[in-house]
Amino acid sequence: MSYISPQKLKELELIANRIRQGVIKMVSIAKSGHTGGPLGMADIFTAFYFHVLKHDPKNPMWPERDRLILSNGHICPVRYQTMYAAGYDIAEEELGTFRKIGSRLEGHPNYLRMPALETSSGPLGEGLAEAVGFALAARFDKKEKDYHIWCLTSDGEHDEGMTWEAINIAAKYKLSNLTVIIDRNNIQIDGTTEDVLPLEPLSDKYQSFNWHVMEMNGHDMQEIISTLEEVKAITERPTCIIANTIPGKGVSFMENDYRWHGVPPGQGPEDRVPRDKQTEMALAELKVTEEKILAS
Amino acid sequence: MFTENYLDEKNIKWKPMRDGSGIGMMELGAEKKDMVVLAADTMESSRAHFFAEKYPERFIQCGIAEQAMIGIASGLAYQGKVPYAVTYAPFLIGRPWEPIRTTIAYPERHVIFVSSHAGISTGQDGPTHQMTEDISITRCLPNFTVICPADYEESRKAVKAAYDLKGPVYIRNAREATPMFTAENAPFEVGKAQILREGKDITAIGHGFVLYWLLLIAEELKDKISIEVINLHTIKPIDKETIIASAKKTGKVFTVEDHNIIGGMGSAVAEVLAENNPAPLYRHGVMDMFTEAGAAKDLWAKYDLDKEGVQRVLMEFAGVK
Repeated sequence: MSYISPQKLKELELIANRIRQGVIKMVSIAKSGHTGGPLGMADIFTAFYFHVLKHDPKNPMWPERDRLILSNGHICPVRYQTMYAAGYDIAEEELGTFRKIGSRLEGHPNYLRMPALETSSGPLGEGLAEAVGFALAARFDKKEKDYHIWCLTSDGEHDEGMTWEAINIAAKYKLSNLTVIIDRNNIQIDGTTEDVLPLEPLSDKYQSFNWHVMEMNGHDMQEIISTLEEVKAITERPTCIIANTIPGKGVSFMENDYRWHGVPPGQGPEDRVPRDKQTEMALAELKVTEEKILAS
Repeated sequence: MFTENYLDEKNIKWKPMRDGSGIGMMELGAEKKDMVVLAADTMESSRAHFFAEKYPERFIQCGIAEQAMIGIASGLAYQGKVPYAVTYAPFLIGRPWEPIRTTIAYPERHVIFVSSHAGISTGQDGPTHQMTEDISITRCLPNFTVICPADYEESRKAVKAAYDLKGPVYIRNAREATPMFTAENAPFEVGKAQILREGKDITAIGHGFVLYWLLLIAEELKDKISIEVINLHTIKPIDKETIIASAKKTGKVFTVEDHNIIGGMGSAVAEVLAENNPAPLYRHGVMDMFTEAGAAKDLWAKYDLDKEGVQRVLMEFAGVK
């Protein structure tokens, strides 16, 4: 287990918190977009862009970079915010153009407008197969050891047959240069994953498909980094990391409520916080957390 | 432009165009080291095996998982490889249409789709395997190039020409052997329709094996009517100039194809004519129906896609007795 100093952990937690604030502002300004998923993945995105990924924000298409493929494209606000924070070529004003006409920051990732996103995505269940293509290309180029292919997926998109086709093929080709991280937040649009279409036992399923499987708490920075780094030791098999996350993480009235999947503050469920107060209250809560981290 | 004695119907050689694609991909593989071929458990029958046997290290067998095959091809293309995805038309284009749209057409990935089993010529496997909608559903996708080779040699050329194009390319092959009437050294330019025979009374446009019937019919009826025969091997981008010029000259256009008349080449020609030079038009082909299982030649005969059937429909439209 790689050691991360308490100071570094605090720094990363602070970054994740600010990314969450950025997500709230972004979808509030756009009056459109997904809130639950991006908040839930902020810690993992932070761990990637600020510690784990081999990348260069000033040279986003560096051939030796790790490839981070976002299959569940709808959580792109967290990616845009993290890339901005990490120093990619995104201006602060541009963050306010999310989902607006002419913007590079489209409602779902558009590769042609921003190649650093690696792929265009949105329709669920497709990213893992694309990641298999990336991993095979690295093998053809004899670059398997030079960079890693990371594919972020939702848990809900494991309803799609295409995902399981890709899982099968990745195992066939023993793609140890490929890791899938599942955002196991237990929600999808129509309800909980176990009500809509049960996924469990998810870990056993991946294992029976000949994948190496790990689980992690997707909000424990130390555990996230250690788990992601452990992947490099795995040979002969692709790796699946089930990241247990809380959708809406960081905002009490959004946490674990599937109704916050696809709506921004201002349009969310009204039973806990009135709509006209949702943005304000979400930001206030995150600010309190920020101060706590700073004081710790 | 033609093979020797091509009008000798009794002695012309027949060979499947899918063989042309298969051999063409194998030949191209020698030179293009970034070329990768993907199959979905139909390696031999869709003729990916010529390449696979020669370059196993650049061949990916996906199993019966066409959607994943498309996603993998997309990933390879993002990484600078030139993937050729090869299987039967209904499973190559029909089954994974939305993954094609999202992962390949939208981000303009250069992936080449090479089919077999297009049209009712697929024969005895029946309508489940006879893809008669593939042109409709590829040409409506932005960034796509759609090529329907005339025969074995043209298919061999098409897979090679596709390598140098940009974005997704669909190459449509029938399963059945068809007459080899184009010469090995005949020119083939993507996007450029070929006037195979000049005429002045009616324009007859086709793609695939029906072109051979049109050439025979034009010869046979030459004393009654002068038929201009056009090989519209590229449905998209469509060669408007050649179509309009011919329609202006003859004043009448007949299209024929082994594809549903809705959305296919005939529809593409209708769009060009309607907007530019309206002319009487008749679209012949698979008349918006699922046919049935049977030997290809029996199906062609029953559904008026054999030479006699095409001739009868054309003569009726042209008012020739």
